Amino acid sequence: MPQRKITVRGAGICGLWHALMLAKAGHDVTLTESSTELFAEACSQYAGAMLSPFCEEEGTEPLNRDLGLRALDLWRETYPRSDINGSLVLAQARDRRELDRFARMTEGHERIDGDKISELEPDLAGRYETGLYFAQEGHVTPQDALPFLLDQAKGMGVNVQLGVADAPDDADWVIDCRGLAARDTLKDLRGVRGERAVIRTSEVKLSRPVRLLHPRFPLYVVPWSDDRFLIGATQIESEETGPVTVRSALELLSTAYALHPAFGEAEILDVSAGVRPAFPDNQPRVIVRNDRILVNGLYRNGYLLAPALAELTARFVDEGVTHPEVFS
Amino acid sequence: MLEFYGTEIGSRLLIGTALYPSPQILADAVKASGSRLVTVSVRREAARARSGQGFWELIKQLDVYVLPNTAGCNTVKEAVTTAQMARELFETDWIKLEVIANNDTLQPEVFGLVEAARILNEDGFKVFPYMTEDLVVAEKLVAAGCEVLMPWGAPIGSGQGLANPLALRTMRSYFPDIPLVIDAGIGAPSHAARAMEMGYDAILLNTAIAKAGDPVKMGRAFSQAIEAGRLAYESGLMEPRDMASPSTPVAGTPFFNIDGAS
Repeated sequence: MPQRKITVRGAGICGLWHALMLAKAGHDVTLTESSTELFAEACSQYAGAMLSPFCEEEGTEPLNRDLGLRALDLWRETYPRSDINGSLVLAQARDRRELDRFARMTEGHERIDGDKISELEPDLAGRYETGLYFAQEGHVTPQDALPFLLDQAKGMGVNVQLGVADAPDDADWVIDCRGLAARDTLKDLRGVRGERAVIRTSEVKLSRPVRLLHPRFPLYVVPWSDDRFLIGATQIESEETGPVTVRSALELLSTAYALHPAFGEAEILDVSAGVRPAFPDNQPRVIVRNDRILVNGLYRNGYLLAPALAELTARFVDEGVTHPEVFS
Repeated sequence: MLEFYGTEIGSRLLIGTALYPSPQILADAVKASGSRLVTVSVRREAARARSGQGFWELIKQLDVYVLPNTAGCNTVKEAVTTAQMARELFETDWIKLEVIANNDTLQPEVFGLVEAARILNEDGFKVFPYMTEDLVVAEKLVAAGCEVLMPWGAPIGSGQGLANPLALRTMRSYFPDIPLVIDAGIGAPSHAARAMEMGYDAILLNTAIAKAGDPVKMGRAFSQAIEAGRLAYESGLMEPRDMASPSTPVAGTPFFNIDGAS
């Protein structure tokens, strides 16, 4: 297979994985980013970065589960600091029906009791009587994983160019991973606002993401490195990137507080919002237009889907093979 | 035919647009259900800089009537402000008015509701109030200018069905000429059918379809139940009896009690 000259546009989670995969396949890869500062405008930096193919089955197609399971392997192989410790889904006693529904709509979990919960997460001992344990799931910390992927890509010979907004004209292939910025050519792409909070405390330790189900505010807490926790994320049909409202901040912070009162003493490091790119069916797509390939619509599943999509794109470039559910 | 404020609506199923897995599934469910009216909540975030355009474009493509709502408002002032924002954003003077007493039960705050309804009606809005099944509240809302009433079946998202059928029946007979919509609490198509059999004009629901395993199929299920309930109401239901009433004459029929024979 001959080496091709490829430009990947957009250095978010999707572009990084594409640059890395294509460089690994032996291509001459340039990664361009329109902002002059790395990760400044990427919605990936706002992500919880859960790798939860099974939990995502509640509300998305089986395709995401299959891509996500492959992505879990790719994360494990590529990034040594991937935390594959499973994930927990809990509900307050009065919202237990939500747990039943979640269990019905997903696979890959076991129903666990209070003893098992305290064995897995000693700090939650005595607080929850029942939950779901998804043993195969995991998560990463974006602030560690994004620079790692970039360094890996550079190590494979990827040429990284910041402050480049234009599409190149001398590449054999252009892979467009610009997320919402690609709306100039993808008319049915829309933005879905997600708000999150990052807090820090050493008083609570968690080993895995915990989702707290609630009929109106289903939110999650993800343990990041350095005693930090991400609380996320709202889903609002809006493309506004502006500051978080008091109402959303209250919802986010009270989720952590409900999970464990010791979060009440945590420091608030950041409360901010990103906008996720999504197609009307909230499913990812790889769109081939002559020598351009647009990979977009990863919605809230950038970290979960990007590695597997990058692998599919690389396979298409090398062998012309398309995945029927993803390619169009 | 069902009419709200002089506008004919082609279906008696009204659908809330929140909580769906994706806008595509929402669109498919609305189409499958034959619904001609959807409610859309106005979030402040979306109103800032009109940045909810992506979703709004998808709603417009459904080609159905849009009833904006003031979900999440706890005071008269908030509800009025949100309604005014909605009028501008969605270019309609229809508003589903919600004033919520507390965020835990989502119970309507009926005093604020009546006041906000009066202000909005005077301002030219066509108000669809989300209310309890209280008859006095209904009278005050009608006096405030409302020409549609939307009592709850049960608390929002609870899926409990009609918690107080007696009061709902009374409301129907007190207001024979006002369109009455059961709004909230409907969990199963049978709940919807029951309300329609009681003579309610329409059903507004969200969670029961949006959170179903297959929202598109559930949309059809509700549509059929509502049609069945309406047809039953129009045809006149039989009165229940305490005793069996044989549908063919018993006298003269040869009758052997084989089991009892000895």
